[in-house]
Amino acid sequence: MSNHAHSESLELRVQFDTAEQQRDASTLGMWLFLVTEVMFFGGMFAAYTVYRNLYPEVFAICSSSLNAVLGAVNTCVLLLSSFTMVMAVRAGQLGQQKAIIWFLILTLLFGGIFLGVKAVEWKEKFDEHHIPGQAAFHLEGLQQADQGHAQLFFSLYFAMTGLHALHMVIGAGILLGLILHAKQGRYSASYYTPVDVAGLYWHFVDVIWIFLFPLLYLIDRHLGK
Amino acid sequence: MDTAVAQERENYLNASHGLKSWLLTKDHKRIGLLYLFTITLFFFIGGAFATLIRIELLSPQGNMVSSETYNKLFTMHAVAMIFFFMIPSIPAVLGNFFLPIMIGARDLAFPKLNLLSWYLLVIGGAFSLFAMIAGGVDTGWTFYTPYSTTYSNSWVIATALGIFIAGFSSILTGLNFIVTVHRMRAPGMTWFRMPLFVWANYATSLIQVLGTPVLAVTIVLLFVERVFQLGIFDPARGGDPVLFQHLFWFYSHPAVYIMVLPGMGVISEIISTFSRKTVFGYAFIAFSSVAIAVLGFLVWGHHMFVSGQSLYASMVFSFLSYFVAIPSAIKVFNWTATLYKGSISYQTPMLYAFGFIGLFTIGGLTGLFLAALGMDIHVTDTYFVVAHFHYIMVGGTMMAYLGGMHFWWPKMTGRMYPEGWAKLSSLVIFLGFNLTFFPQFILGYLGMPRRYHLYPAEFQVLNVMSTAGASILAVGYAMPMIYFIWSLKYGKVAPMNPWGATGLEWRTASPPPVHNFEQTPIVTHEAYDYTSVPAEEIEVV
Ligand code: HEM
Ligand SMILES: [Cu+2]
Repeated sequence: MSNHAHSESLELRVQFDTAEQQRDASTLGMWLFLVTEVMFFGGMFAAYTVYRNLYPEVFAICSSSLNAVLGAVNTCVLLLSSFTMVMAVRAGQLGQQKAIIWFLILTLLFGGIFLGVKAVEWKEKFDEHHIPGQAAFHLEGLQQADQGHAQLFFSLYFAMTGLHALHMVIGAGILLGLILHAKQGRYSASYYTPVDVAGLYWHFVDVIWIFLFPLLYLIDRHLGK
Repeated sequence: MDTAVAQERENYLNASHGLKSWLLTKDHKRIGLLYLFTITLFFFIGGAFATLIRIELLSPQGNMVSSETYNKLFTMHAVAMIFFFMIPSIPAVLGNFFLPIMIGARDLAFPKLNLLSWYLLVIGGAFSLFAMIAGGVDTGWTFYTPYSTTYSNSWVIATALGIFIAGFSSILTGLNFIVTVHRMRAPGMTWFRMPLFVWANYATSLIQVLGTPVLAVTIVLLFVERVFQLGIFDPARGGDPVLFQHLFWFYSHPAVYIMVLPGMGVISEIISTFSRKTVFGYAFIAFSSVAIAVLGFLVWGHHMFVSGQSLYASMVFSFLSYFVAIPSAIKVFNWTATLYKGSISYQTPMLYAFGFIGLFTIGGLTGLFLAALGMDIHVTDTYFVVAHFHYIMVGGTMMAYLGGMHFWWPKMTGRMYPEGWAKLSSLVIFLGFNLTFFPQFILGYLGMPRRYHLYPAEFQVLNVMSTAGASILAVGYAMPMIYFIWSLKYGKVAPMNPWGATGLEWRTASPPPVHNFEQTPIVTHEAYDYTSVPAEEIEVV
């Protein structure tokens, strides 16, 4: 590289004047990214809204075939993981390098549990032939004419929870990277932006689930059945 | 002679050498040039398909290619031109290069992300290119269901995947621009001192960030529907194909503003510079960009008047479409007012700006025809629509892009282009363009539908005119390509500020140093304040 006045470091990259400016830019960047994510999931939520309005009874029956207990457990697990994520950021603020690592590992662990439970649920669906687009699809308690509409519900169920799970997997990858970097002692009270920004992402994925859970698992309760 | 003097001044082009120094660069200026090469390639590909389309339409019998091949030609023409040329064109090339310099920054906020965006465009382009070579895609660039999900036997998935990936390039560029404008402005560069080009790109970025993810999720749904036959858009299972159109146009109408807003920004710069006057109604132009970005999200239903959507929805969408005309007209009137009593010089960029204003106005006004419900039923899916959007995209954005390329070429390369040839080519392009597309308004009004290669014999004369115009247009586009390359070696060496313009990009060397400025500039003047340009800096060329 050519010699110029600004020498680059993690804390202060060459395009920034101050560390504060750099941190603000990263945070704003992540918030904007989350806005794009809202729009991304928004398309799916729009499709959900349309079809649930068209076929409310079928959607309620389909919903009650999901395992609400596992869903609720997973909700708790995710909330816990958000808590440990917050603690990791807090540890960053205080510059406690060991604590950052441990809280990140805990967050990763809870994320892993969530994905494991999700896999069990999906497996159930396969065993029960609740896979849309397959000839064997059949949901008990529905007339033949409504089976197609039930497939719409399960299409949305798999698309939305699948997309959410994909975000969890990406989040897990990010956590792994952070843990490795934290082990190298990269983060301190003066520089923990990556932990902070990854935290925003993790909470966002959490919040998406908070919407998915009632919309997918709890419809029948809404109709008072 | 002193060796230090003989040695060339260090700039972003000669600071490092070798292919690797380009492919791994984090310099926004170099990345802008990488985009330039990439989109020029896609312009050629799209142009090749257009040539085949126009040759086919020389005769009414449709005797050159089969109707299936014809479907593929117009689809791939549009895919290449819209997603891989027009959407990245001005923001990713000129915006990338100049937005940071114009606000006095050393680079974009996220240089690595910027490089990643370019790679995403290349990867997305590779997928779509693969689809084109492997056999093509025939759904139209709109990918309407259920044809695209159930019936089409062409390379839908690969093409859609390419567009999906390129979409993230667009999203990340927008994100980068927004953060840069918010956080990287030089001291004294307040929001209302920013050049209007920056405002226009800022508004564009908002659309990219808010709209493109919806296209992405639409493609995901299309993908799972086509691969797994889930039924989401399949009426046989209760799905709704019109839902696809809603999702698609929710992105794709705003996308037309992704394509045109940056062009409007270029025009504001050029008009002011070559009439040596502050832009009339600066704040109105700045806010009209944002207004267009916002209103653009409320009118998508005007593409669906005949889709079977409710009449009330159509009426609302029609009404709102008229609203978009207001900010667009504000710009046109303000540019015209800027010219009034200006000291106008007719350099090439200015000629392109004039072309833009006239042609965009025609395109915009015919957009109002189309937004009128009754009129649209008559001309929808005819050549009238084709002419409308080509007047805006080719007559408008393409003119602005070329105008901007000429305007900033001296800064990007340090060389002047040959003015005489450039003026000639701009005239050739203007004439060729109008001869190509004006007859299409008439054809459409007379009832020639779009997307067919057969047509009644009485339409032949107008079609031959259109093809003749397209050949002239092709010559017009070839000329800058040649003399730009020629100028790299033989062009006059460009001074710092050849046009006597006011922007910060003209306060640094041509071509600029790696980090844009020797010293971070401190801004003390409004944009377009011509008293702030020291007279000795202006070298008339
Ligand atoms: C400013 C830049 C604009 C661009 C780039 C643009 C581009 C386009 C494109 C690409 C289409 C064709 C879509 C298709 O059927 O495949 C189209 C159609 C249409 N445009 Fe524009 N447009 C612009 C401005 C406007 C304005 C200002 C209006 C109205 C206020 C308008 C109204 C329409 C309508 C109603 C159609 C649908 C015609 C039909 O298919 O029946 N457009 N435009
Ligand atoms: Cu539109």
